[in-house]
Amino acid sequence: MSDATMQSVGTSTASMSRQLLSPKHLLAHAAIIALGLVMLYPVLWMISSAFKPAQLIFSEPGLLPRQVTLENWGQGWMGLGIPFSYFFINSAVISGLSVVGNLCSCSIAAYAFARLEFHLKPLLFALMLGTIMLPFQVIMVPQYILFQGLGWTNTFLPLVVPKFLAVDAFFVFLLVQFIRGLPRELDDAATVDGCGPLGVFWRIIFPLLRPALAVTAVFTFIWTWNDFLGPLIYLTRTENYTVSIALNAFLDSTGTSNWGAMFAMSVLSLVPLFLVFMFAQRQLVQGIATTGLK
Amino acid sequence: MATEHVIHPSAGVSRNGQPAVPIAGRRGTRFKHGYAPWLLLTPWLIGLFAITLGPMVASLYLSFTNYNLLGQLRWVGFNNYIELLTDDPRFYAAAGVTLKYVIAGVPLQLIFALAIAMILNQGLAGLTFYRSLYYLPSLLGSSVAIALLWRQIFGSAGLVNQVLGAFGFTNLPAWIATPEYSLDTLILLHVWTFGSPMIIFLAGLRQIPRDLYEAASVDGAGPWTKFWQITLPMLSPVIFFNLILQMIHSFQSFTQSFVVSGGSGGPVDSTLLYTLYMYQQAFTQFRMGYASAMAWLLVLGIGVLTGLAFWSSKHWVHYAGDK
Repeated sequence: MSDATMQSVGTSTASMSRQLLSPKHLLAHAAIIALGLVMLYPVLWMISSAFKPAQLIFSEPGLLPRQVTLENWGQGWMGLGIPFSYFFINSAVISGLSVVGNLCSCSIAAYAFARLEFHLKPLLFALMLGTIMLPFQVIMVPQYILFQGLGWTNTFLPLVVPKFLAVDAFFVFLLVQFIRGLPRELDDAATVDGCGPLGVFWRIIFPLLRPALAVTAVFTFIWTWNDFLGPLIYLTRTENYTVSIALNAFLDSTGTSNWGAMFAMSVLSLVPLFLVFMFAQRQLVQGIATTGLK
Repeated sequence: MATEHVIHPSAGVSRNGQPAVPIAGRRGTRFKHGYAPWLLLTPWLIGLFAITLGPMVASLYLSFTNYNLLGQLRWVGFNNYIELLTDDPRFYAAAGVTLKYVIAGVPLQLIFALAIAMILNQGLAGLTFYRSLYYLPSLLGSSVAIALLWRQIFGSAGLVNQVLGAFGFTNLPAWIATPEYSLDTLILLHVWTFGSPMIIFLAGLRQIPRDLYEAASVDGAGPWTKFWQITLPMLSPVIFFNLILQMIHSFQSFTQSFVVSGGSGGPVDSTLLYTLYMYQQAFTQFRMGYASAMAWLLVLGIGVLTGLAFWSSKHWVHYAGDK
């Protein structure tokens, strides 16, 4: 729970204890839970359907399967001829490298913008801000031509190298804002003790940056795990597919005949997101509330 | 931001009077950090020029050529733009579908997000739990898995029709395969991911001073008046922020329409989002020049609509201290 929530809850505790069981609040609780269930019902139903035999998927809207089968999982796992483990490893490698890339490249650029003085800084900072809202579609075609010319198609390089070059300017901005909030006295003290700018970054700023780095890591992971357009353009060999592309290819190859197997693999593909959701809720909420990350 | 550019009084000189960073000494105190900033900015600068600005310029250039990855590149002037605007019905179909998607999807999503945020903001116990519950769809919504699920549940024998059938409805259409409804299912998917604007609204609602409401109560204002006179004006900067953000995001939606329509944008181009048509031109027809022209028209479109939003904001966005 964030500090702000704690405060607002704290100030209203007195009135709350009386209100807790008021009919109005009971009604609100009931409505919220009912709506939440309706919203999440399709997802729950998908999980349950992954355990249903094919014909039940089209005839049983309920969550409790009348008949349970594990066949879908085996069929789905081998659905594209090679096991899904390939695609999970590919996605994990791409997402993992992207997280590392963004953490390294964005944090050093952010430190330079937030704390150091250099020629052309206002211009470069404006350029950085300008690239935040740039639609990917504008640079998609030339980027493809560039990476194709370099012989990088069907490798992970087009998806990963940009992350090591701080192309996600959003995170640079997020980290700049965070560093500006850190007390400058710490930098000054370290400078007096003989630290250069790089030393200040490594010994002072980087360790203090951890909350913002966590937000960066969480969102980079979610975005790259869900990314579809990038892998769709660059990865055309089955053994290179990410989970997203593999799921889509699975749909193409079976038509719509094997929903059970497709649901099983879809559920598996969401497991990493669920894990992030469970263990990084604070970072998610902070990231969205402070910067509007999706 | 202004403070960033103020020169530190002791810049370039450490407390014992010696130059702290000798390299910058001769050039004065402004750039006391010497080469360090450039070292740290190197990856970003390479990315800026090689992966962002360079391709932008290249894309503008390509939009005036017939480049198709295989044949000779030839300068064709404004031909791509002229063809798009005068001789390509699918361009207008795509632009129309996208506008409908944005104009219906974004406000609906924001209204929903605000309504739920207000319900959650009454000091209910379990706020964090509910907030997470409602955020979950936002987290999952852009995945292929959910797009696949959507394709099933809005199919002819999908979950939605099974449920409606249980309530006695008959002759139900296959929503996703019917041109009249297919886009609506995508809009619904967009609305379904209202969790992230909701979190932003919740943060905004907490900033509204309580005494405003108390004063209004003393004056005899009901909940409706309070909403129109206090909540909405006080929240308008946050609404505006969400509006711009969601608009720019939704113009770029791609995965959902690709997966739901199998990459075709069908039936009869009813789910052909602009980005999907651009993808088809670039990567199935390999008309890279044409696709680049499309990209710049997209930028123009987003620019005009965000510009309109900014212009209109003068009339409805109230910043604290304005009054």
